Amino acid sequence: MTTASPYAWLGLLMTVSFSLACTLQPRVVSWRERAGSGDLIKILLGEGRRLFANHFFIRADVYFHSGYYPSIFDQADKPAPTALAGAHDHDAHTADEHERQMAFLGEPRDWIERFGRHFRITEHTHLTGGGEREILPWLKLSAELDPQRVQTYTVAAYWLRTRLGKVTEARDFLREGLRNNPDSYEILFELGRLYHENEHDAVRARNLWELALRRWNEREGRKKAGEQDLFALEQIAVRLARLEEAEGHLARAIQLLELARRASPHPAALDAQIAELRAKMSTAPGK
Amino acid sequence: MNKVLAIAGVVVKELYRRKDFYVLFVLTALITMLLGAVNFFNDPKIVRYLKEVCLLLIWVSTLVIAVVTAARQIPAEKENRTIFPLLAKPVTRWQVILGKFAGCWLAAGIALLLFYLFFAVISESRGGTAAAGAPVTAAASGPHDHDAHAEEAHSDDAGAAAPARRALLTYVEALWLHWMMLAVVIAMVLLGSLIFAMPASNATIQFIVIAGILLLGEHLNKVALRQVEPLQTILQVLYFAIPHLEWYDLRDFIIYDHPPVALWACALATLYAAVYALVFLLAAWLVFRRKGLTT
Repeated sequence: MTTASPYAWLGLLMTVSFSLACTLQPRVVSWRERAGSGDLIKILLGEGRRLFANHFFIRADVYFHSGYYPSIFDQADKPAPTALAGAHDHDAHTADEHERQMAFLGEPRDWIERFGRHFRITEHTHLTGGGEREILPWLKLSAELDPQRVQTYTVAAYWLRTRLGKVTEARDFLREGLRNNPDSYEILFELGRLYHENEHDAVRARNLWELALRRWNEREGRKKAGEQDLFALEQIAVRLARLEEAEGHLARAIQLLELARRASPHPAALDAQIAELRAKMSTAPGK
Repeated sequence: MNKVLAIAGVVVKELYRRKDFYVLFVLTALITMLLGAVNFFNDPKIVRYLKEVCLLLIWVSTLVIAVVTAARQIPAEKENRTIFPLLAKPVTRWQVILGKFAGCWLAAGIALLLFYLFFAVISESRGGTAAAGAPVTAAASGPHDHDAHAEEAHSDDAGAAAPARRALLTYVEALWLHWMMLAVVIAMVLLGSLIFAMPASNATIQFIVIAGILLLGEHLNKVALRQVEPLQTILQVLYFAIPHLEWYDLRDFIIYDHPPVALWACALATLYAAVYALVFLLAAWLVFRRKGLTT
C-alpha cells in the first residue's frame, strides 16, 4: 500500500471542510430564525433568559433606591417594593405604602447585625436630578433578554421622557416594544402619552389611545371580571375623555368617562365630571 | 523579623513572575472598557453599571489571586523539597507560616492597589464623582458684585472639593477593608493548605466557603429563626463563629456615591479581621508544627 502524498491529504481535508460548511450553513440559518434574531444569548439561554430579564429589571429598581433594597431573606417577611414601576402616579397614599414596604430592616437582632449595618446602605432614597439615567442600562438589558416584557418598555420610556428629556429615545424604545408586542395596550397608551404630553400631537395621541382601548377590549374583554386590568382601562378612558373634551367632542367624552367610571375604584369623582360635561353640553348650542 | 520579610519577599517576587495577575488584570480592563463603549440611549453620563461590573471583576480577580497564591505556597515547598533547606537556615515553622502569609498578603495588596487605580481612572473618566460634585454656577450675580462673586466661586470650589474628598475617603476605606478581608482569606487558605491533600481541592473548598460567607453570612441568623432545633442552634453557632467577610465589601458605597463609613467602625472591623487572621495563622502553625514534611 503506497502512502498518500501531503497534497492529497490537504485536498481531502479541504473537501471535508467544504462539505461541513455546506451542511452546517442551513442549520445556522435555522437557529437564527428560531431565536427571532441572530443573538447568541437567546440561543444559549433559551427561556432561562426571562429569569435574567427579571433580575435585571429588579436591578434597575435597586439602582433607583440607591442600593437600599431588601434581599430575598428580607422579602420573606414583607412584599417586594415596587417604586420603579409605580412611580408613574405617585400620590400620598402610594408614597406612604412604599415607605412602609421599604422599612424592612427593623431592629438589629444581635451585635453582628448591629455592627454590620455600618457597612451596608441603610438609608431609603430615590434617584433624582438626572441620576435616574443610571437605571437605563439594566432596563435596556432586560428588554434585550425578554422583548415580551412590556413593563420594561413603559417604565424606561417614562423615565426617559419625563426626567431625562430624551423624548426621541423614549419614542424609539416604545416603538421597538410595539414591534415586539403588537397587541400591547400598555405600550400604545404610553406612546399616546408621549405624543400628547411631549410632542403636543393630539391627533396621533387620540389614534393611539383609541387603538389601546380596542386592544384592551380584545385582550381583557375575554377575561373574568376580577382578572381584568381595570386600572389600565380607567387610565386610557380618562386620558382619551380629556382629549375629546378639549377638542369639543363632549358626547364622546361623556361616553368615555362612563367607561372609566365602571373601571374606577372611586367613581364619585368621575360622576361629578360627567355631570359637569352634561351641563356644559346642554348649554352649548348645536351639541 | 528579617527572616519573615525574606520569605515574604520571595512570595511577592513569585507574583510578578507568574502570569495570573497579568491575565486577570488584562481581562478586567478589557471587559470594563468593552462595556464602557456600549451606548445606552445616547447618554454618555451613565456610569454606575460600569462601576459595578468593574468592582465585581476586581473582587473576583483579587480573590482568585489571593486563594491560588496562598494555596500553593507550602505544598509547592514540600513538593520541590525546598522546605528542608528553608527550615535548615534556621527558620522556625512559625516564621515560615508568618512569612508566607505576609508575602501573599503584600502581593494581594499590590495587585489590589493596581486594580483600584485602574478603577479610579475608569470611573473618573466617565464623570464619576466629579459629576456629582460639579458646582452650580451662579448665573444671577451682577457685574459689579465682585466680592460676592469671588465668595460664591470660593464656596463653589469648596462645594466641589467636599464630595471629591468624600469619594476619595470611600475609595481608601473600600481598598483598606478589602485588603483586610484578604488577610483573613489568606490565613484561612494557608490553614487549609496544611489540612487538605491537594492545592486544587483546598482552593475549591475555600472558594465555596468564601462565596457562602459573602452571600449568606449576614442572613444566617434570619434563616436560623425559621428552622427547628437542633438546626436552629447549629446555624446560630455558625453565624457567630464565621468571620463576617461581607462587612469588608464597600462596593455599594462606591457605586451609589454614599458617604464613607465612620472611621471608628473601620478600625473595629480591622481589629476583627486581625483577630481572625491571627486565629487561623495560629491554627496553621499548630497543624504545621506536628506535620511531617514528606507527606
